[in-house]
Amino acid sequence: MMSLRASTAVLFVCLMLASAASRAQDRPELRWGGDAEGGAPYVEADAADPSHVVGFDVDIAQLLASGLGRAPRFVQVGFTSIDAAAARGDFDVGLSGIEDTPARRARLAITIPYYEFREVMTVRSADKERYRTLADLRGHRVATLGATLAYDLLVDAEARDGIIPVTYEDDVHPYNDLVVGRVDAIVLDAILAERGVRRNSSLTNQAAVLAVGHYVGILSANQSALRDRMNVILRDAMRDGRLERILRRWNVWNEDQPRLYARVLSDPSQYPVPSSSLASSQPGTEGTAARRYLPALLRAAAITVVLSCLAMALAVIVGALIASGRIYGAAPVRMALTGYVEIVRGTPLLLQLFVLYFGLAAVVQLPAFLAALLGLGLNYAAYESEIYRGALEAIASGQLDAARTLGLSERQTFFLVRAPQAFRLALAPMTNDFVALLKDSSLVSVITVVELTKETSIFAANIGSWVIPGLMCGALYLAMSLPLARLARRIERGWRHG
Amino acid sequence: MSVLDVRSMQVRRGTRLVVAEATFTAGRGEIVALMGASGAGKTTILRAIAGLDPIASGTVSIPRPVGMVFQFHHLFANMSAHRNVWLAPVHVLKRPREEAERRAHELLVSLGVGDRASAMPHELSGGEAQRVAIARALAIEPRILLMDEPTASLDPARRGDLAATLRQLASEGRTIVIATHDTEFARACAHRALTVDGGRVHVVS
Repeated sequence: MMSLRASTAVLFVCLMLASAASRAQDRPELRWGGDAEGGAPYVEADAADPSHVVGFDVDIAQLLASGLGRAPRFVQVGFTSIDAAAARGDFDVGLSGIEDTPARRARLAITIPYYEFREVMTVRSADKERYRTLADLRGHRVATLGATLAYDLLVDAEARDGIIPVTYEDDVHPYNDLVVGRVDAIVLDAILAERGVRRNSSLTNQAAVLAVGHYVGILSANQSALRDRMNVILRDAMRDGRLERILRRWNVWNEDQPRLYARVLSDPSQYPVPSSSLASSQPGTEGTAARRYLPALLRAAAITVVLSCLAMALAVIVGALIASGRIYGAAPVRMALTGYVEIVRGTPLLLQLFVLYFGLAAVVQLPAFLAALLGLGLNYAAYESEIYRGALEAIASGQLDAARTLGLSERQTFFLVRAPQAFRLALAPMTNDFVALLKDSSLVSVITVVELTKETSIFAANIGSWVIPGLMCGALYLAMSLPLARLARRIERGWRHG
Repeated sequence: MSVLDVRSMQVRRGTRLVVAEATFTAGRGEIVALMGASGAGKTTILRAIAGLDPIASGTVSIPRPVGMVFQFHHLFANMSAHRNVWLAPVHVLKRPREEAERRAHELLVSLGVGDRASAMPHELSGGEAQRVAIARALAIEPRILLMDEPTASLDPARRGDLAATLRQLASEGRTIVIATHDTEFARACAHRALTVDGGRVHVVS
């Protein structure tokens, strides 16, 4: 996912640079960060001109910039790394539907809230009576976006009500998967939920409000002076109706906002509202957060190990079949297998995972874990088959001549002489591939499987720092890959002496 | 009564005629040497009569199985000397495993490499590997043994041993055809020598 995001980001930055250069302005800039992948109505690329972004966060950035006498300039940032980018000072202010959390208050300078949202539950209309609250969904899959208040809500419900949280990277696929039955409910903020229901007529939002949260702007901790100036601009815009006009323009205005503004305007403190209804469950330090997340990380590491081992087993079996087919098969078989290998090696694994999970959903709905296993296993099978083919072809023809003169059949020669020798040649590159697969397994988070890297990024987003989560995640990957390398060396040695 | 009977055999590699004319016989208990310089076609003649390379024309009459000892031995690299010898008796001749293993061991002992039975091929010296290769060829009980450049990996002392071994095998009734450019060795052990020159076999006295 990172690579897709990174390339989107690079494209964006190039486009933005080009357009900024073309209308060079003398005013100083207000660099503001957001994730255009987050989509409407927050920040999204303008359909008419993709070099522009539109959305209510874009208009609020414009509002802040003109109040400061600056020209706004958009900086594309992946949503899960937006806190780290703000802390590093990659932009002056981050605005992208960013939720007010205790972790953000602790590490960053945050503005007063400019929007109040409700967390609501979406279900299929047919289930409206059956699934009224999270407590009705014991044993069922409930979707949300990772690294959000809604995700914490689901983690609490997992412990309390026995639901199964499923995280997505975007807010379109959860609603599609709810329609086809892969998940039985979605918890997200009302803005996204209403859009999801508008797009899918068979879905309904439950009226109950599960939690209330606020959107804020985030700045580096040493920018509190700039933050205070922004707070003055936001309060002015609340008083004179400019903020209301922006929110009305994007159809997100509701009766909650005037109440929020009244509270904000009557209380001049830095934090006029409690950070969220979940505030109490958030830990204070990274150390306690690490302890809190360790079980989840270990569980995710176990998923990574099980998924990688099963996928490698599948890759080895299918790879061996492909390699044998390409050496011994008839011409059409050889051609078909060569085609398979070239297509699989020539297209990104990420694309293959998307096609298997989302693309085929209309025909066959693979469970996420099975789709991940098939995607990884069939992809690596193409690479394994090339290793085996090379190894089989590297066996000296003299070995095969000797087998023939002794009267061994083709089959016996393969299993007794050729394959065992080829396996020894293939072992080192296979170990390499296994370690690579272990790390590539992080890609399956895009089809809702929460493995080690995904769990780490949720952890990092929630505490607002990558240091401890990154170290823990790295240590777990090493703990998995080092024994593998050692095992392979032992097998190789044993072979030489056996 | 000849055991091996080769008549007007031709072998092509692509369009090139590698063996233009080979006609010769070998009798029971006879050692026949195919002599000639490198590239004369000796190895190709051996491979063709062993059935490893197709013949373009002519006839080859040879009793199967054929015992073949390659110049570079080609012992199976993934198994011990012992298993190299019992593999074909068990998997091809369908002998009971225990019996095949015992017989393999006897063969290795009789060839003077009984103590190297558990060694892997890469742990054997050239002479040891050749003896294991001979044992492997004999284990399938061939009436005829073909050997390609058998003295290539041997020092002079070992050549004398090999000549004695081949004489012994011939005296037991086996037919042996060796391809070699080592005239001294051929004189020491062969009953009859043929020269191969430009892909043609000539009889020499």
